[in-house]
Amino acid sequence: MKAPRTVSLTVNGETLSGEASPRMLFADFLREVLGKTGTHVGCEHGVCGACTVIVDGVAARSCLMFAIQAEGADVQTVEGLADGDELHPLQKLFSEHRALQCGYCTPGMLMTAIDLVNSSDSLSEQDIKVGMSAALCRCTGYEGIIKAVTAYAEQVHGKPVKQESDNG
Amino acid sequence: MADTMPSYIGRSVVRREDNRLLKGAGTFVGDMKLEGMLHVAIVRSQMAHARINGVDLTAARDADGVVLALAGEELKDVLPPISGMQVAAPKGWRDGMDPHIEIPDQTLVPHDKLRYVGEPYALVVADDRYLAEDAAELIDGDFDPLPPVANAEAALDAEALVHDHLPGNIAATLHARKGDGEAALADAPHRLKRRFFHHRYAAMPMECRGVVAEYDSRTDSITVWSSTQVVHWVRREVANALGMPEDRVRVVAPDVGGGFGGKGHVYPEDILVAYLAKRLDRPVKWLEDRHEHLLNAAHSRDNLFDIEVGYDDNGRISVVKNYFLVDSGAYSPVGAAIAGNSIAHFMGPYDIPHYEADCRVMMTNRTPNAPYRGAGRPEVAFAMERSIDLIANALGLDPAEVRFRNMIQPEQMPYAVGLPYRDGVMIEYDSGDYPEALRKALDGIGGLEAFRVRQKAALAEGRYLGLGLGCYVEGTGIGPFEGATVKIDSSGKVMVATGACPQGQGHETAFAQVAADIWNVDIDDVVVTLADTSHVTMGYGTIASRSAVTASGAIQESSDKVKEKVFAIAANVLEASESDLELRDGSVGVKGVPEMSMTLKEVARAALPGWIHQRPEGIEAGLEGTAYYEPPTVTWAYAANAAIVEIDPQTGVPKIENYVEVHDAGTLINPGIADGQVKGGLVQGIGGGLFEELSYDEHGQLMTGSFMDYLLPTASDVPPINVIHSETPSPRNAFGFKGLGEGGAIAPPVVIANAVCDALKPFGAELNNTPVRTEAILNILDTGPAAAK
Repeated sequence: MKAPRTVSLTVNGETLSGEASPRMLFADFLREVLGKTGTHVGCEHGVCGACTVIVDGVAARSCLMFAIQAEGADVQTVEGLADGDELHPLQKLFSEHRALQCGYCTPGMLMTAIDLVNSSDSLSEQDIKVGMSAALCRCTGYEGIIKAVTAYAEQVHGKPVKQESDNG
Repeated sequence: MADTMPSYIGRSVVRREDNRLLKGAGTFVGDMKLEGMLHVAIVRSQMAHARINGVDLTAARDADGVVLALAGEELKDVLPPISGMQVAAPKGWRDGMDPHIEIPDQTLVPHDKLRYVGEPYALVVADDRYLAEDAAELIDGDFDPLPPVANAEAALDAEALVHDHLPGNIAATLHARKGDGEAALADAPHRLKRRFFHHRYAAMPMECRGVVAEYDSRTDSITVWSSTQVVHWVRREVANALGMPEDRVRVVAPDVGGGFGGKGHVYPEDILVAYLAKRLDRPVKWLEDRHEHLLNAAHSRDNLFDIEVGYDDNGRISVVKNYFLVDSGAYSPVGAAIAGNSIAHFMGPYDIPHYEADCRVMMTNRTPNAPYRGAGRPEVAFAMERSIDLIANALGLDPAEVRFRNMIQPEQMPYAVGLPYRDGVMIEYDSGDYPEALRKALDGIGGLEAFRVRQKAALAEGRYLGLGLGCYVEGTGIGPFEGATVKIDSSGKVMVATGACPQGQGHETAFAQVAADIWNVDIDDVVVTLADTSHVTMGYGTIASRSAVTASGAIQESSDKVKEKVFAIAANVLEASESDLELRDGSVGVKGVPEMSMTLKEVARAALPGWIHQRPEGIEAGLEGTAYYEPPTVTWAYAANAAIVEIDPQTGVPKIENYVEVHDAGTLINPGIADGQVKGGLVQGIGGGLFEELSYDEHGQLMTGSFMDYLLPTASDVPPINVIHSETPSPRNAFGFKGLGEGGAIAPPVVIANAVCDALKPFGAELNNTPVRTEAILNILDTGPAAAK
């Protein structure tokens, strides 16, 4: 039962494979086996969102998946965002809006935001607050994060995000 | 200093930390992978209080991949405990606080008795973490449960003792007085007597703790990478426990994913992992998981106050008596520091002639209590600021007015409080305008009168709006010292290393700004190294809102030493008088003669030892200086907070409509970073005020041991927050800096409680405990206005 299996998948466009026992968490596989330590682990029970990656186009908690479930998957992690030295537009906005301090939650925040912004072209500010509540940040108080994701949504969809008092 | 370069202090320079962290290319302890590394799982007590009869390691030792399994018995003669008495108390503090302190030592892995749920009693080292945890489950402990000492109040009369040598479960008592509290109370026209409770919650950084250690047998030296705020302290304890010279122990805090005080002292794991790496001569890693973090990383707050306040018809307070208990859990890693802070900060920005404080630091069967963002200040701000609102209600005055009437006026600065600070110096608030801060905060929520009109109109419609206020002062930039080494080598770069240990504060950027201004160089020519004992011989660390003040002071003093040499050598080479020289744009030049100059790179080469040097007689080789800045005493930051809350009458949920903090931390190094620090602190305070609680049952079991029940604020929980920065420079350092890391977290719990009570004023109800729970609000609403009188 504990015998390792080979898991093959695509990570940030690169075909990779590695050995994983059936119980190995996908987060551990990414970090320990594939060496992609940009994906962080904050709670290991699916609440904090630090380990969020995009699996086949959808945000997923890599701490709630087994590595073997990622067989054949197309996975995006934080390491795939920047193009060499050129930061991804969302990464630039995070720095500009001071959306990070310690940086531990940041990879999960970025992947959560990308999934959120891709999910709809008519997000309101309240939608962004609710959507980004999928990931916890203990440093910033979220203001910079919401500003950065809002600006990113506007860039991607080419129209202003509807501001509203958060009476929602 | 010539003005050829822009001044960096005061500019929101983009953080140099951002690039690597955004790319996922930071290195946190958990990211480290060393050849042949082993992994530790720690077995922790499930009982709050128990006698250990024995621990059976046989099955664990036989399990797959296990290299070593140990319990306390095997370690008791090998590793000394962490001393409970290592936090120094200077004479001035002892004279004014009458301390009786017997903080118990903390055994790394107890062999005789367990004192809280989560305390280690065994450990396994294995080839990977999965196998280590498998084996940990096979460890069988034989325990006799003992009656738990459930909380501080129960501890006073409990028959059970957490530590056998501490009768009454008292680890420390402090007693401080100013004036004559008894007489003043007897004379006071009115008295308020209340009990306030500030609940237990914690720093909760997104990165749990972790330690990696690697031993080098060739040099008999060890390197420890720890997610800590205090690398030099960890070095000292590791060296002491392993019997090694400090010089052979290097401690590094790589990227640290938040700390907020929770990583601000030495933990048993720091020493255990170092010990295991040396014993096994292989790299060893231990990572705390979130459940362990909730159980075992230090908790904070958890204070119970019995307060008496004397005041007159105008609401002027003449006296406060403050009797309080600190539930310190089973140990107190930072001694009586929290209690001392609480005593010293109680009166806040108010001019109160008489004060008496009595504190007991209690041992209970809970997780150890250590400073967390605010460290004794949120607790007393809660008691003081609730008291003011209650006095205002009793007299029919506006709470804002009672604050104005009691506040220290700007012309009273510097203001002598009449109590000693933790550094032994009598407290003297250094600068600021407290009433102006409160006026600005009230303006920030749209004006006091306008709000009262709105509140009345809303009430007529059956809506409950309330205004909460909260003011505080905060001693920041405490000593005893911070170290810095500044060097310029043949590359011409200014290299700065300090003992500061950032956990997200942007120190690499902020100290580059400070050094760039000191040296008048481009910020890209400043190289900053932090949190590595191999770069600074003695350091203190980043706790207590201290680094901006103390590390900047150390950078300045060490730079002054290096500058003396730079000017002497440049004067020699340029054949000029030292007094005619200035630093300009990365060079040293003759004032008013642009063509007569040499770059710092050229000066560094001229300073080299050997045949070709150009040093004048008596100037030693090399451009390197180390200084230990010892601040004269603390600087005093302060703030006024105002928030409007509306209660949902159906659900009882208090919704914060608008939150304003006017914050003054003197001259700001990087306003963008400063703003983020204060806002982040405020949201932690809102979390503590409304959601977060480390809740125990009567058996000493933690009921909130996962993020499913320990609720951190999320993006959608955060109200609109406006932070207004005032910048009254501190006269106590050359830069005018004060500290600001903790400030934001101090006021929100009491601001929320005051706002909710103000909203529910028609019900005459009081909320004198944190957190403010919707259940409590619903009870008040259900009871109804008539019954509440």
